[in-house]
Amino acid sequence: MYLKKLIALSVAALAATPVLADINVGVVASLTGPAAALGAETKKAVALLPTTVGGEKVNFIILDDGTDPTNAVKNVRKLISEDKVDAILGPNLISTAMAMADVANTEKTPMISVAPLDVTGDKRGYVFRSEPSADLMVNRLVADMVEHGAKTVGFIGFSDSWGELLLKSLTKATEGKLKIVATERYGRADPSVQAQVLKILSAKPDVVFVGASGTPAAMPQITLRERGFKGNIYQSHGVTSKEFLRVGGKAVEGALIPVGPVLVAEQLPDSHPTKKTSMAFVKELEAKNGPDSRSTFAGASWDAWLLLQNGILAAQKAKTKAGTVEFRNAVREGIEKTTKLVGTNGVYSLNAADHAGYDPSAIVLIKVENNHWKLVK
Amino acid sequence: MDADIFALLAQDGVTNGAIYALLALALVLVFAVTRIIFIPQGEFLAWGALTMAALEAGHYPGTVWLLLGAGVITFAADLFGGASARRRLGQSALWNLVYPVAVAAILYFMPLSELPQLVRVLAVLAIVVPLGPMIYRVAFQPVAEAPVLVLLIVSVALHLLMVGVGLLIFGPEGSRTLPFSEAQLAVGTLTLSGHTLVVLVASVALIVGLYLYFGRTLGGKALMATAINRNGARLMGISPALAGRQTFFFAALIGALSGLLVAPLTTVYYDSGFLIGLKGFVAAIIGGLASYPLAAGGAVLVGLLESFSSFWASAFKDVLVFTLIIPVLMLRSLNSHHVEEEE
Repeated sequence: MYLKKLIALSVAALAATPVLADINVGVVASLTGPAAALGAETKKAVALLPTTVGGEKVNFIILDDGTDPTNAVKNVRKLISEDKVDAILGPNLISTAMAMADVANTEKTPMISVAPLDVTGDKRGYVFRSEPSADLMVNRLVADMVEHGAKTVGFIGFSDSWGELLLKSLTKATEGKLKIVATERYGRADPSVQAQVLKILSAKPDVVFVGASGTPAAMPQITLRERGFKGNIYQSHGVTSKEFLRVGGKAVEGALIPVGPVLVAEQLPDSHPTKKTSMAFVKELEAKNGPDSRSTFAGASWDAWLLLQNGILAAQKAKTKAGTVEFRNAVREGIEKTTKLVGTNGVYSLNAADHAGYDPSAIVLIKVENNHWKLVK
Repeated sequence: MDADIFALLAQDGVTNGAIYALLALALVLVFAVTRIIFIPQGEFLAWGALTMAALEAGHYPGTVWLLLGAGVITFAADLFGGASARRRLGQSALWNLVYPVAVAAILYFMPLSELPQLVRVLAVLAIVVPLGPMIYRVAFQPVAEAPVLVLLIVSVALHLLMVGVGLLIFGPEGSRTLPFSEAQLAVGTLTLSGHTLVVLVASVALIVGLYLYFGRTLGGKALMATAINRNGARLMGISPALAGRQTFFFAALIGALSGLLVAPLTTVYYDSGFLIGLKGFVAAIIGGLASYPLAAGGAVLVGLLESFSSFWASAFKDVLVFTLIIPVLMLRSLNSHHVEEEE
């Protein structure tokens, strides 16, 4: 009996150990928990990834972090020590990414975050990012506010790190241009934001910026419109899912949102740098997942892979073997040397000081019109 | 702050307070009769709200499958659960097998997206409420005599299970439902939305209804008797198992109804129930898990505190609400002497 078990166990262990020559990529995504909607998008993109790069087989091992930093770290350790991965894609949130980045760094394994984690400076040697930073996105919004003659802005955002990050970006971007007259907070699960909205209205801002994400971002806008706010309402790039339109309904009409170009691929002018790649990606994604299933999150996950693929190709050129430190170092250097990589969601030019390298001119401003995304410019 | 804002905040606080009050009443009721601190109370709220949203969208609600599954498990528990349960096997089959199948079949043949709102409400109650007694039968009845701590542990486990099942059947995204009334009433400078009135009237009606049930009917008095003295009630021929199932029937009814009331006010997610239930729990603690009027008053207090603290310091809103529990507990422990739990 004992022997049988032992045999069964070792067979299972053998089956789980990948063949050494293959390239192994670990994917950590929030498939369950509060950020499950984001993880689902990453999963969609991962399903489209190629199985070979430069003639070598690539295995993807996808693990769920349950929107919990502790789990994310556990996953990274498991991927590195047991699955011997050569690189890591993901995760979806800054909180989980922060926790994972240190492990990836000390274990010398390249990691490409889909969350807008801060990757500047030399402390994040092996950590890269495909998502544009909040600063760039908010800058785009503030430029639009100024253009339309707004003098004051009210802020209502999540009482968590995402809300904090957006408020910081807003404070930085509006310096000397606009005055922030109210800053209010609410929780994702709150039953009402009446009080916060009343406080904002009593400060009489010209425009309001909602620093939230996903479907909970609809509530402040619904309440603002209910209470008769007439000015422009700006949302962050964290709301660009179909569910936001479904929950928000009529109240979110006219919301202005900065996004990566993939969301409105068809509406892009031909001069836009990512028009072709965005269109191709959207076509492939929607052929598999049904019409209107695109999102910037899937696009950013795909771009993370493009960056990694760039690194892998460079490593193959340097004749390093998958599964070794040399290979991982070569991948890291390859990614760092990326210039003018046209992704689905933007154009990337990286260097040693900037591991994101997102070109802000790719960001577009969109508006909700008739319950659809409409390109403004 | 001027009078208008004050009135609006108060209105918002009282509306949310009314919903917390319902949950607090359910928590007090369940604790009094069965000694269970019923943490998953909020899950019924989420299930009720999301089932309603599914019906409105014209989808076949996933909770129906849950009802069928829970029915089969409950029937199995009765089948293998000893002689006394087997004697009433016919009745058990009727409620746990025939009824869910009937509900599933009727819903299957109905044009879901065209149902009038009242029929939808009844459908939601028909699906979600029977889950309460089933859950009691499967999870709590076998350990009904265990100490409070064991019941609490079962309750926590059940909460985690129910949240997981919620994610499975409803998905990670939330939903809002249509309000019961679109009317806007102008009272002085204040506009009251029709739905606010529906919430208040429904809450008061439910509280009065429960009061009458417990004060005036035999079934209600039997539940009261069990709450006051379990052994004494059993000597009088009141079955504690039946009392438990009845209590959970009411808990699920109140939960699902409050879900229907709250869904037009806010976006409900598969895990929203916990936080709302927790605020109901703070209110129930104010009532010492024993007094209904104090719990209801506490709920309105929690609602108002929440509303006004969101106005003054929105970042610390939840902190303020949950900090309220500390002075209340101190006051209560000063005022009452400690009684060991009877085993």
